[in-house]
Amino acid sequence: MIAYLIRRMLYAIPILVGVNLLTFALFFVVNTPDDMARMQLGIKRVTPEAIRLWEQQKGYDKPLIFNREAKGIGRLTETIFWQKSASMFWLDFGYSDDGRDIQREIGARMWPSLAIALPTFLIGLFFYVSFALVMTLFRATLLDMAGVALCVTLMSISGLFYIIGGQFLISKLWHLVPISGYAGGVQGFRFLVLPVVIGLISGIGSSSRWYRTIFLEEMGKDYVRTARAKGLSEIRVLFTHVLKNAMIPILTGVVVVIPLLFMGSLLTESFFGIPGLGSYTIDAINAQDFSIVRAMVFLGSLLYIAGLILTDLSYTMVDPRVRLS
Amino acid sequence: MKRLAAYLLMLLLSACDGGLWNDPYPASDSGRSILYTAFTERPKHLDPAQAYSENEYALLANIYAPPLQYHYLKRPYELVPLAASEMPRVTYQDSSHRTLPEDAPQDRIAYSLYEIHIKPGMRYQPHPAFAKDEEGRPEYDHLEPKELEGVHAPGDFAHAGTRTVNAQDYAYQIRRLADPALHSPIYGVMSEYIVGFREYGEALQDALKKGKHPDLWAYPLSGVEVVNDTTYRIAIKGKYPQFAYWLAMPFFSPMPMEVERFYEQPGMKERNLTLDWWPVGSGPYYLSENNPNRRMVLERNPYYDSETYPSHGEAGDEKTGLLADRGRKLPLIDRVVFTLEKETIPYWNKFLQGYYDASGISSDSFDQAVQVGTGGEAYVTDEMRRKGITLSTSVATSTLYTGFNWLDPVVGGSSERARKLRQAISIAVDFEEFISIFANGRGVAAQSPIPPGIFGYREGKAGINPVVYDWVDGQPKRKPISEAKRLLAEAGYPNGVDEKTHQPLVINLDTTSSGVGDKSRLDWLRKQFAKINVQLVVRSTDYNRFQDKVRRGDTQMFYYGWNADYPDPENFLFLLDGAQGKVAHGGENASNYSNPEYDMLFEKMKNMENGPERLAIIDRMLAILRSDAPWLWGYHPKNYVLQHGWLYNVKPNVMANNKLKYWRVDPKAREQYQKKWNRPVLAPLWIGGSLLLILGILMRRALRKRDESR
Repeated sequence: MIAYLIRRMLYAIPILVGVNLLTFALFFVVNTPDDMARMQLGIKRVTPEAIRLWEQQKGYDKPLIFNREAKGIGRLTETIFWQKSASMFWLDFGYSDDGRDIQREIGARMWPSLAIALPTFLIGLFFYVSFALVMTLFRATLLDMAGVALCVTLMSISGLFYIIGGQFLISKLWHLVPISGYAGGVQGFRFLVLPVVIGLISGIGSSSRWYRTIFLEEMGKDYVRTARAKGLSEIRVLFTHVLKNAMIPILTGVVVVIPLLFMGSLLTESFFGIPGLGSYTIDAINAQDFSIVRAMVFLGSLLYIAGLILTDLSYTMVDPRVRLS
Repeated sequence: MKRLAAYLLMLLLSACDGGLWNDPYPASDSGRSILYTAFTERPKHLDPAQAYSENEYALLANIYAPPLQYHYLKRPYELVPLAASEMPRVTYQDSSHRTLPEDAPQDRIAYSLYEIHIKPGMRYQPHPAFAKDEEGRPEYDHLEPKELEGVHAPGDFAHAGTRTVNAQDYAYQIRRLADPALHSPIYGVMSEYIVGFREYGEALQDALKKGKHPDLWAYPLSGVEVVNDTTYRIAIKGKYPQFAYWLAMPFFSPMPMEVERFYEQPGMKERNLTLDWWPVGSGPYYLSENNPNRRMVLERNPYYDSETYPSHGEAGDEKTGLLADRGRKLPLIDRVVFTLEKETIPYWNKFLQGYYDASGISSDSFDQAVQVGTGGEAYVTDEMRRKGITLSTSVATSTLYTGFNWLDPVVGGSSERARKLRQAISIAVDFEEFISIFANGRGVAAQSPIPPGIFGYREGKAGINPVVYDWVDGQPKRKPISEAKRLLAEAGYPNGVDEKTHQPLVINLDTTSSGVGDKSRLDWLRKQFAKINVQLVVRSTDYNRFQDKVRRGDTQMFYYGWNADYPDPENFLFLLDGAQGKVAHGGENASNYSNPEYDMLFEKMKNMENGPERLAIIDRMLAILRSDAPWLWGYHPKNYVLQHGWLYNVKPNVMANNKLKYWRVDPKAREQYQKKWNRPVLAPLWIGGSLLLILGILMRRALRKRDESR
C-alpha cells in the first residue's frame, strides 16, 4: 500500500505543474502586469513611472515563461512563472500583491470555514443517510412518495433562497439567532446554528435522493433476501447489512470532499459574515492578485488529489476485497 | 448520549450569555459607549503614504492627525487646524527667494512657503515601539523572530508607551511619500509642487536599485525644513493654494521613525506586523483589532486630549441639537466596531434590529425606508419614524458622466458638425429620468462638472446649462426632443441618417457593464438615442480592456466618474484640461478634450484664490464646456443615511472622513430598543418539535404494524 501511495503522490507532481501552467496562462491572458499594477496602485493619479516601479519591485517586469535574454537555466528561472510558482511546491505561498502573508491568511481563514463546513458535513451525512434509509424503509408508501416529493422540491430551490429565507424567518421574524457574524470559541455557537441548519436543509434534496437510490439498488440483491429469510427485522436488514454494503458508492462521493471542507463556501460566508476562505479566491481574482490566485488554485488541486487518495484508502477499510498495490 | 445532550445544552446556555438571542455582540459590550457600524470591502492599505480610497480613509482619518481638517459643521467646507495650532502661514517668494507681498501677481511668485506650527504636547497612541526599559532605552528595538512567538498584534506585547509628536515626524512622513518602495499615489502630483521632491524621489529610486532600502534622511530634500520641535516649512513651486487641502489628508500625518524601525525587524512581516496593517497615529482613535475578514475595532486613544467639540456651526445647527456638545473633549465615543457585511440584506436587517447605529439605503430597501414628496423632498416612512429613525441627505462631491472621445472622427473634435451632434445627444439623454428610475431619485442632474457645494457652482437660472435646459417657471426644463433633432440635422444627420453616405448614424458606447442588472440601464440608454433615431451599440468589455481602450483613445463614448480630492473647482475642471489628456499625456482627461481658450483660462484660474475674478473665469470656462459638450454631464449622486434616535451629532459632511470623534451614542436607549425589537419567538420551535415527535410516533406504529403483519 505504501508503494501505491508513493506512486500516487508522484503522479500528483505533473498534475500540479499542469494546473499551475493552466492557471498562469488563463490569468495572464486576461490580466497584464500593467493591469495588475493599476489595480494595486489605484486609478487616480497613477503615472507610468509608478507602474514600472511596481512591476520591478514585485517581479512582474520579467518575461512570462521564457527569458530569451538570460543564459542557461536562467532562461526558465528568470521568468514570472518560475519565480511565482516554484516555491509553492514546498508550500511557501509568499506574499499577496498588497503585501500580506498568504500562508498566514489561509491559516486564519481556514478555521471559520471549517467551523461551518465540518458540522454541516457530519450532521448532514448522518441526517441524509438516515432520511434515505427511512424512505427506503417505507418505500412505495405514501411516506416515501412524500419524501421524494420533498426532495425534488428542495432540490429545485436556489441555495440563495434558503439563505435569505432562513435569515428572514429565523433571525428577523423569530429573533432566535444573529442574522450574521462570527465569534471564536463557545460564543461562536449561536452564529453557526443558522448557516449549518441552512446548509443541511439545502443539501437534503439531492443527497437523500442519491442515497435512497443506492439503498434501493442494494435492496434487490440476494444477501438482503437471505437476511430477510433468516428472519431479521427490516430495520436490522437496512441498518446493518444494506448500509454496510452501500458504503463504497457513499464513500466515493463523500471522502473526496473532506479535504476541500477547508476551502469554505462563497455564498454562505458572504451572507453570514463568516471570515472564511470562501471568498478569498474570488476577491483575489477581482483584485487581480495573481499571488493569491495561484496559491489557492494550487492548494485546491493539492487537496483534491489528497481527497482522491483518501477515497482509495477508505475503500480498503469498508471492503476487505479491495487491495491497493 | 445523555452526556452529549447535557454538554450541548450547557454549550447553548453559555453561548446565550444572558443577552438577546440574536444579539451579535458579546454581553460585555452592554452599556458601553460603542458605535456599531459596518464595512463592505476590506481596506487595501492602512499606511498613510499609500491609502487613497474612501474605505481606507474611513479608518485612517480617525487614527492619524494631519495638520488640518474640514470644519465639521460649517458650510461651505472650510479648512481649520487639527494638529496645527493655527492655519499655515503662507509667504510668497520670487525666483531669487525675496519675499513678496500677499497680493503679488501670480506670475511673479516662484515659491510659496508654508510654515506650519503644530500643537505642543500631542501624543501618539499607546504602542510597543514607544515602550522603554528601565534605563530609558527602547524595549523592543532588537527583537529576534523567536521572541515574536504568540504575538499577532501590537497589543500582544507586554508593554506599550507613547511619546510627543514633533515636527520632524511630519517632515519624515513627507519624505516617505517619495519612498519608491511605498508607491505613494501622490508622489507624481507632489513632485510637481514640493521643491526638490522629484530629485529626492529619483535619488531614492537609484539607491533602491542598488538593492538596499535607502535611509530617507540620507538624501537632501530642500523643500521640507524642520525649524524646531513644533514648526516645519514646506516650499511649493509657484502659487498653489490647493496645497492646504492636501494638508488635511492622512498623506501629511506624522510618522514616528521608531515605529518604522520597529516593524522592519525580522519576523514582523511574516506576522503581518507592518505599518500597512497596524497604523500608528496621534488621532482620536487607534486600531486595536484588525481582522479585515471579520471586524476592525477602533479604541479611544487615551492620550488624545487636544480637541473639543466645535462651538459654532451653520445657522440651524443649534436648533437641531448639533451644538449641544460644544466644548466637550473629543472623541465622544469610546470604541467603534466595524463589522464586515458584504451583503446588503443582513446589513439592513441588523440595522432595523438596532444592531447597527446608522445605515445607507440600498435600492432593495429604498421603498421600505424612504418616501419622496411631490416636491421631490425625501423623508422616512411611517415604519422608520415609529422606530425613531431619521434621514440625512447630502449631495456627494462626485460626478458620474458619459464622456465623448475628442479624438474620435465622428463624435470628437471642435468642428461645428461634431459639436452639434454632441449637443443633440446631450438633450436626448434624459438624466432626470435616469435618476428617477435607477437611483430612486438620489441624484442631481449635472449642469457642468462642478457639483453643488463647490465654488463655481451656481444655483438657479444662472447655473443651468443653456444648451440642454430652458428656465421655465423657476425650474430648469430639458429642451424638447425636436430641438435635439434640429441640431442633429444641422450636424449633417437629418433623422439620424448621414446625409453624405445615407447610412444610419451608429455610435458605440464602451462599458464594463455586462451583468443582468446592467441590461435595463443599457436598454434605457439605447431608447434615449432612439428618440433622435441614432443607433447606440453597447460594447461591453472587462475592466482591463476598458481601461486600455480609454488609454489608447479607442472609444467613442464611455462611462466614467470622479470623486473630489478636495472641494475646489480646480479638482473638477482639470479633468478637461488639455494638458491632462489621457492619450497624449496619460492624465485624468479621459475624453481627451482640448480647447485652447479653456486651457488658457484653466491655467489662469487654477491657482487663484476664490473671489469674483475667479468666479468670472469659471463662468466663462463652463460656458465653453457647455457649448462644446465633451461630456454628457450626467449627475451628482446624493447620499442618504439613516440613523437611530440614540445616535447624536450626525451631520453629513462629504469632505471630512474623521467624523466619528464628533458622534455620540446613548447606549441605554439603544439597549431598551434592542430588547423591545428582538424578543425571541419560541412558538415555532415548540410546533416544529411537536410535529417531529408526532411523525416519529406514527412511523414507529407503522413499522410495528408492518412487522406484525409479516
